[in-house]
Amino acid sequence: MEYFLQQLINGVTLGAVYGLIAIGYTLVYGIIGMINFAHGEVYMIGAFIAMIAFLILGPDGGGYLVLALLTVLIVSMMLTAVYGWTLERLAYRPLRGSTRLAALISAIGMSIALQNYVQLTQGARTKAIQPVIQGGIELAERDGFAVSLSYIQIVIVVVTVALMASFSLVIARTALGRAQRACEQDREMAALVGINVDRTISVTFVIGASLAAVAGTMAVFYYGVIDFFIGFLAGIKAFTAAVLGGIGSIPGAMLGGLLIGLIEAFWSGYFTTEYKDVAAFSILVLVLIFRPTGLLGRPEIEKV
Amino acid sequence: MTAGTLAERGAAFLPTALKEAGIAAGIALLLALPLVGARTVSEGSAFVVTPRIVELALGVAFVFAGRLAIASLRGGHHLPVIVGALAVAALGWRFALPSAFLGVVAIAGGLAVACIGAIGLLRARRDEIPAVARIDTAGLLRQALGWLGPALIALAIVLPFLPFADRRLMDIAILVLTYVMLGWGLNIVVGLAGLLDLGYVAFYAVGAYSYALIAREFGLDFWSCLPLAGVFAAFFGIILGFPVLRLRGDYLAIVTLGFGEMIRIILLNWYNFTGGPDGISGVPRPTFFGLPFKRAPPEGVESFHQFLGIDYASIHRTYFLYFLVLALALITNAFTLRIRRLPIGRAWEALREDEIACRSLGINPTNTKLTAFAIGAMFGGFAGSFFATRQGFISPESFTFIESAIILAIVVLGGMGSQIGVVLAALVLIGLPEFFRELHEYRMLAFGACMVLITVWRPRGLLASRDPMIRLSRRRARP
Repeated sequence: MEYFLQQLINGVTLGAVYGLIAIGYTLVYGIIGMINFAHGEVYMIGAFIAMIAFLILGPDGGGYLVLALLTVLIVSMMLTAVYGWTLERLAYRPLRGSTRLAALISAIGMSIALQNYVQLTQGARTKAIQPVIQGGIELAERDGFAVSLSYIQIVIVVVTVALMASFSLVIARTALGRAQRACEQDREMAALVGINVDRTISVTFVIGASLAAVAGTMAVFYYGVIDFFIGFLAGIKAFTAAVLGGIGSIPGAMLGGLLIGLIEAFWSGYFTTEYKDVAAFSILVLVLIFRPTGLLGRPEIEKV
Repeated sequence: MTAGTLAERGAAFLPTALKEAGIAAGIALLLALPLVGARTVSEGSAFVVTPRIVELALGVAFVFAGRLAIASLRGGHHLPVIVGALAVAALGWRFALPSAFLGVVAIAGGLAVACIGAIGLLRARRDEIPAVARIDTAGLLRQALGWLGPALIALAIVLPFLPFADRRLMDIAILVLTYVMLGWGLNIVVGLAGLLDLGYVAFYAVGAYSYALIAREFGLDFWSCLPLAGVFAAFFGIILGFPVLRLRGDYLAIVTLGFGEMIRIILLNWYNFTGGPDGISGVPRPTFFGLPFKRAPPEGVESFHQFLGIDYASIHRTYFLYFLVLALALITNAFTLRIRRLPIGRAWEALREDEIACRSLGINPTNTKLTAFAIGAMFGGFAGSFFATRQGFISPESFTFIESAIILAIVVLGGMGSQIGVVLAALVLIGLPEFFRELHEYRMLAFGACMVLITVWRPRGLLASRDPMIRLSRRRARP
C-alpha cells in the first residue's frame, strides 16, 4: 500500500510535467492541424534557459530563494516564448496552406536544428545543479518504507494545477480564447468576421512555448540534470499524452499527461524500468485501436 | 531603370528596411542572449556561467545585415547587396572570427545572399525581355528530367572505373545509394500509398538483425539470408501494420514512431539475444557468390582474387559492395515502377488521393495499405541486411529515430512519389554533408536547417510528381 502510494505521488508529479508539454501540442494541433514536432525541443530550451538564469542568480538565489525561483520561471517563460514565436514565424507560417506533410518535415528539421544548436552552444555534456528545494513531508511509514512527498513535488503539482486552471479560464472567458476557438473551428470564417488569424496562431505558439518552459524549469529543479537530448523523449511522451487524451482537447491533454505519468511510474515501480517507454507506447496503441480519437476527443466525421 | 526611380525607391524603402532589420536583430538578441550569450562550464563539481559577448554581438549583427539585405533585395537594390554579401563572405574567409561557427555563418550566409541577389537580378533582367524571346526554362527542365534517370544510372555504373573514384568517394557513394534504396522503399509507403510512416527504421533494424542473427546461429551466408531478412521485415510490417492501419494521418505517424522506438528499446534491452548496447560484431562479410574477399582465405576455399587470377586489393570488396547496393536499389526502383502500373499500385495511389471514394469503388483499404506497408518493409529489410554485411557490426545506435526522419525527409523533399527526386534529395542530404566532414560539429545543425529551408522553398518537394498515371484526355502541357 505504501509502495503504491509512493508510485502514485511520483506518477502525478511526472504527469504534471507531461501534461504541461502536451497542452502545447494539443493547442497547435487544434488550431492548425499539424504536429509541432519541435515542441519537445522548446521544452528542452526552456530547461536550459532556466538553468542558466538560475546559475547567474547564484546557488542560493542571492538570499531570496522564492523570489529567485520565480524570476527564473518568468525569465524562462518569456525567453522560451520568443523561441516559440520565432519557430512559427520561420518554419510554419510560410507553409500555411501547404500539405501537412510539408509542415511535419519542416518541424522535424527544426527539431534537429534546435537540438544541435543547443549542443553546439552549451556543449554535449550533461549539466547538473545542486538540489535547491530540499526536504518533504513523510506521509506514512511501515516496515522501514516511508512514503515521502517532497516539497518540490508539491510545488510542481500546485504550479501545474494553478497554470492549467488559469489557462482554461483564458480559453473559456477572454477574447483571445474566443478567437482561438473560432480559428480552431474555421479559420477562413474567423478571418471574415475580423479575427487576426496569424496573430492568434502566433499567440498559440507563445502560450504553448511558455507552458513548455514551465515544464522545463520544473524538470531542472526536480531532476537536477539536463542535457540537449531531453526534449526528444519528453516530446514524444507528451505527444502520446495529447493523443491519448484526444488531440485538440485541452482537458484531454491534462488527463493524458496524468495517465502517461502514472503508467510510467507504476510500470517502473512494479515491473522493469527498461521497458517503461514500451509500456507507454503500447497503451497508446491500444487506446488508438479501440478509441481512435483518444479518450476525450470528439469523433472526426469525414464528409464527402 | 532610371536614376530617378532608383532614388525614389531608395528613399521609400530605407526606413522600413532599417526598421525590419532592427526588429529582426532585437528578436535574434532575445533568442541568443541565454544560449549563445552565456555558456555553462563546469568548475569543479559545480557549473558556472561565463559570458560570450563577442559571439553574441557578431551573431546579432549578422542577423541585422541579413534582414537588411533581404529587404533591400525586395526594394530592387541587387548590386549593392551582392557586393556587400560577397564582402561579408570574404571577411569570414579571411579573418578568424571568435568561433569557427560564426565564420561558417558568415561565408555560407554571404554566399547564399549573393546567390539570391544574382538570381533576382537575372529575373529582373528577364522580365525586360519580351515573352516570345524568353527561354522556356520549365520546358527545358522537363526535357532534362527525361534523360536524367538513364544518365544517372550510366554514371553510377561507370563510377568505380573513373580515375577520381578513391575509397572515400566509393564509401560516400555506397552510403548515398543505401539511402536511395531506403528512400525508394519508403516511397512505396509514403509516396504511393500516402501512409505517413515515422518508424521505417524499425524494418531496417529488423533486416539487419535478422541477417546478423541468422548468420550467427545457423551459419548461413549473405545470399541465403537476404531473402529471409526481407521476409522477416515484411512479416513485421504486417504484424505492426495490421492493428494500426485503420488510423488516419497523424495518428498513424505517431504510432509508427512509437513502434520504431519500441523495436529499438527491445533490441537495446534483450541482452541475451541481441547483445544489447554492445550490438553484434563479426557479422559475416559478403561473398562474391561464394567467393570471399580475403587475402588469405581458409583452407579449401578459393577467394575472389585467386578465382580471377588478379592481385589482392582490399578495394575489391568496396567495389563489390557498391555494385551490390546499386543492384538492390535498381531492383527496388524497377519493382516500384512496375507495380505502379498494376492494379494494386493504382489502388495505392487512388487510396492516397481519396479513401472514401476508393471504398465506394470496392477497394479494401486495409488490405491495400497492408500490402504497401509490407512491401515497403521488405525493401527496408533488404537494405538492413546490406547495412549489416557492409558494417560487419550492428548495434541499436544505428537505428534511432533520426534515421527514420532522414529517410522520410529524403522522400518528402524529393517530391512524394518521384523516383528521381529521391535520388536528388539523397545526394543533397547525405552526399553533400559527407564531403564537409571537417565541419562535423555543424553537420546536423546544417542538416536540420536545410530540411526547413528546402521545405519552405519547395513545399511539394524538389520534383513533385503527383500526376495521375492515367488520364482521360490527352496530356496537356502544364503552364
